[in-house]
Formats: sequence, structure tokens, C-alpha cells
Amino acid sequence: MTEYRSDEMMTVAAARELRDGQACFVGIGLPSRAANLARRLHAPNLVLIYESGTVDTRPAELPLSIGDGVLVDSALTVVSVPEIFNYWLQPGRIDVGFLSGAQLDRFANINTTVIGDYAEPDVRLPGSGGAPEIAASCREVVIVMRHRLRAFVERVDFVTSLGHGTGPGDRAALGLRGAGPVRVITDLGVLEPDPDTAELVLTRVHPGVPVEQVRAETAWDLAVAADLGETAAPSARELETLRALRTVGEGP
Amino acid sequence: MAKIASSKIMALAEAVAELVHDGDTVACEGFTHLIPFAAAHEIIRQGRRDLTLVRMTPDLVYDQLIGAGCASALVFSWGGNPGVGSLHRMRDALANGWPAPLRIEEHSHAGMANRYVAGASGLPFAVLRGYAGTDLPAHTATISTVTCPFTGERLAAVAALNPDVTIVHAQRADRAGNVQLWGITGVQKEAVLAARRALVTVEEVVDELEAVPGAVVLPHWVLTAVAEAPRGAAPSYAHGYYDRDNAAYREWDAIGRDRARFTTWLEELRR
Repeated sequence: MTEYRSDEMMTVAAARELRDGQACFVGIGLPSRAANLARRLHAPNLVLIYESGTVDTRPAELPLSIGDGVLVDSALTVVSVPEIFNYWLQPGRIDVGFLSGAQLDRFANINTTVIGDYAEPDVRLPGSGGAPEIAASCREVVIVMRHRLRAFVERVDFVTSLGHGTGPGDRAALGLRGAGPVRVITDLGVLEPDPDTAELVLTRVHPGVPVEQVRAETAWDLAVAADLGETAAPSARELETLRALRTVGEGP
Repeated sequence: MAKIASSKIMALAEAVAELVHDGDTVACEGFTHLIPFAAAHEIIRQGRRDLTLVRMTPDLVYDQLIGAGCASALVFSWGGNPGVGSLHRMRDALANGWPAPLRIEEHSHAGMANRYVAGASGLPFAVLRGYAGTDLPAHTATISTVTCPFTGERLAAVAALNPDVTIVHAQRADRAGNVQLWGITGVQKEAVLAARRALVTVEEVVDELEAVPGAVVLPHWVLTAVAEAPRGAAPSYAHGYYDRDNAAYREWDAIGRDRARFTTWLEELRR
């Protein structure tokens, strides 16, 4: 079997989450890499939408930023930023929001704003961007991020983008129409919210990853599904396609 | 046809001197594309102070203005070096007040875009489905809620943005000062129409604007000044003219990270 890195397993597992024909609002970084991989594999008709207003874009190389020229050249259409948020995202037309974050908690709330106190943070992060409304309005949300103890916290320092709030019913009470996070894909496994408690539960581990390692990298007492599964290892084709992805401006 | 020299078209230095004053609220827009770097650098050269800088994605351009000491406040929704990392001058100003303390007013992209829409529409606020359940409203006075008079639904409300001056970069203008831009057009139209004064820098001034599909056209009579600034968006890009200089974005990380290296960069810019 071909050797692969845990990051590659994460990206492949995230790509498999996307189904052909879906409309996907893509965050930059890990989500963008996974979404572009899915389009080259099992989902050639995946509609990629970036917050810069590029709709149904098919970039030959991965963009470095969400507004790179490669996204424009291959887009079906380019709309303004108010339009992408108001007409396309807000009414619930988008199937999947694909996001990442610096911190994630047991209810899948995402922090990309500050580590520590807002007024005097330990680390100032970039902030919201499009994520709060992507998390609110897409039919469902898939989160991709590396599984580290400092990132998988009991309670996020700042709720930038709402997951399931403080538990079941929070999203509905706030009038949010989208289902919120349905899966969290990490470099160790897959977490899904428990249907009753909305708390993230480990439902799958990637090949060779012990459950104890996942629990050790999670700050809350991570529950493990009774029917815990194992992710299929990346196929040769998946790895080959992933490794052929280039970011604009990178060497071969 | 007789060519009429419009009073709208002027040199960049003259336009900045006339339109941008100390203490102004200034929005330099351009979503990754068409970022008005040349105009911002002119603001640095002219030593403007105490500006409230408004921009969805502060990017390198505001990192430079903040590091140069031009700003006292920042209104924004995503403050990073896209695909690279942090804005270190912005972080240094926030954490250490270097070279000057910086207040922030923070939104989401949807919130900022709608604030410009309200400003351009002559409305005091905009309504959106946004911010629900997030921590931003507790820290940002320009986010509130409003109850729909027809359905009773509670929705987010954001205060209109009406900058003293908006600065954008475009591909071209004609000699009357009508401006045309295309590709990713971001919030430029809204930011210009929301502003009290508007300055547009362009790659070139041409005799006639050839129609381009999907282009935004800004008529000369809604603009205060138009200045020719070839490569005025570099290291961002101008669709159809030049590509984004991704290497420069990556290199900025090391320059912005270090006060001494940044100061050297600043001295070279001012020379």
C-alpha cells in the first residue's frame, strides 16, 4: 500500500464528504484543497462557490487567496460580494458550507477571532470573514481541521461561527435554517454530533489511529460511538490526484 | 472628436492631498483584486494621521498604513495575509500600540457588505440574517437586531457605512472620468456610492471605454477624482493587465513580522 501522511488522509476523507452536483461554499485553505480534490475525483459537477463572488469555478491550480485570478478565469459567473452573501448564501441555496477554524468545541462552535480574552487576546486571529453566515445559512456544514489538544477545546474562547451553540435546539431558537455542522473531519478521524445531545462524538478513526490518541488530543471527554468505524485508506488514485494539486505561484 | 480634459482627472499626489485629510474615515476597497496600493502608498508618503481605516479584508495594504502610523481605528471583517498568515503590523498595533494605538470595529463579511449597501442606498441601516449566536454583537456597537414589521421575525441590523472618502482601483477610465472595472468587483460599487468623496485610480485612461461583459461602470459624476496609476494595484492584481504577485504576499510575512525590516521598507517607500 502507498504511504501517506495524516494530512493527506484528512483531505481525502473531507473530499469524500462532497457529493456530485452539490453546491459548496468553500473556505480557503484546507477546505479549498479538499473541495478541489473532490471535483477531480468523484464529484466533477460539484459547484464551487467562493466568497469573492466566483460561482461554479473550476480552477486549474489551487488559489492562494479566495479572490485569485484562477477562480475568475474558470468561473461560470462572477457576482459582487453583497450579491454572493445576500442572494446566494442567505436564502439557503447552498448545500454545503466547508469551513475550518483555529478552535472547535464539543458543540462544534468555531473560533477564528481570538485566543484568550477579546479585549486583550493572547493571539489575535484573522476574524470572521464569511464564516458566520456560511455556518448559519448553508443546508449543512462540514468542518476540516487538524486534531490538536489546543484546538479541540471544551468551550471556544470566542464564538465566531455558531455550531450547535450550547446544545440541541439552540440553532432553531435563533431562527437559523441550516442544520449546522454534520461532520468534523480531522487528521485522526471523524466526529459527528450526537442526534440527541448535539455533542460531537468520535464515529470513525483513520487507519492505524488508536482511539486513545484521538481522546488525548481532545480537551473534552470525547465520547466514542458504539459502532465506531474505520476510514478507508486513500486509494492510489486519490493520492495521485491530491499530490498533483498545485497552488498558484508554487513550483512544480 | 474634440478631447475635453476633465477636471476629474488629476495626478495621484494631488488627488490624495485634496481628498484625504487627517482624521477622515477612509475606505480602500478591492476584494483581493484591484486593491488600491498606489493610492495607499501616497497616503503614507503624505503622512496622513488619525485615519479610521475601513476595509473588509485589511490585507497587506492596511498592514502598511497601520505600520506607518496613519491609522487610529480599523473597521474590518477578516484581517490576515490570505493563504500566508497574520498581519503582523496590525497585531503589533493592537497588542503593543506600535507605532500608535489602534481601536477596532469588527464585523463579518456579510455584515460589512450590507453596511456598504445601506450607505450606498441612503439608508441608516441594513437587515440581514447574520451574527445569530455569535459573540461579535457583544463587542461591536454597529451590530444590533430589528423586528420585521410584517412577520415579527428578529433579524440582524447593521449601521450604514458612509466613509468620508472611498478609494478604489479600476482597469480604466475615459477622459471624462467614467470608470470601468471587471473581474472580481467585490464591494467597490457600493463603497464608492456610500462615500462623501470618491477617488478612483486606474491602469490607464483611454479615449473610449470598450464594453466588457459583467463590468461595473462608475459614471464620472459620482466620482470626485480619477488618477492614472499604472500597476497601481500591485502586488494584488488587475484582471486583464497583470497577475497577483503571490511571492510578494509571501515575502511580506518576514518584512511585516519585524519592526526593523518594516521600518527599512517604509523608508524606501518614502524616499
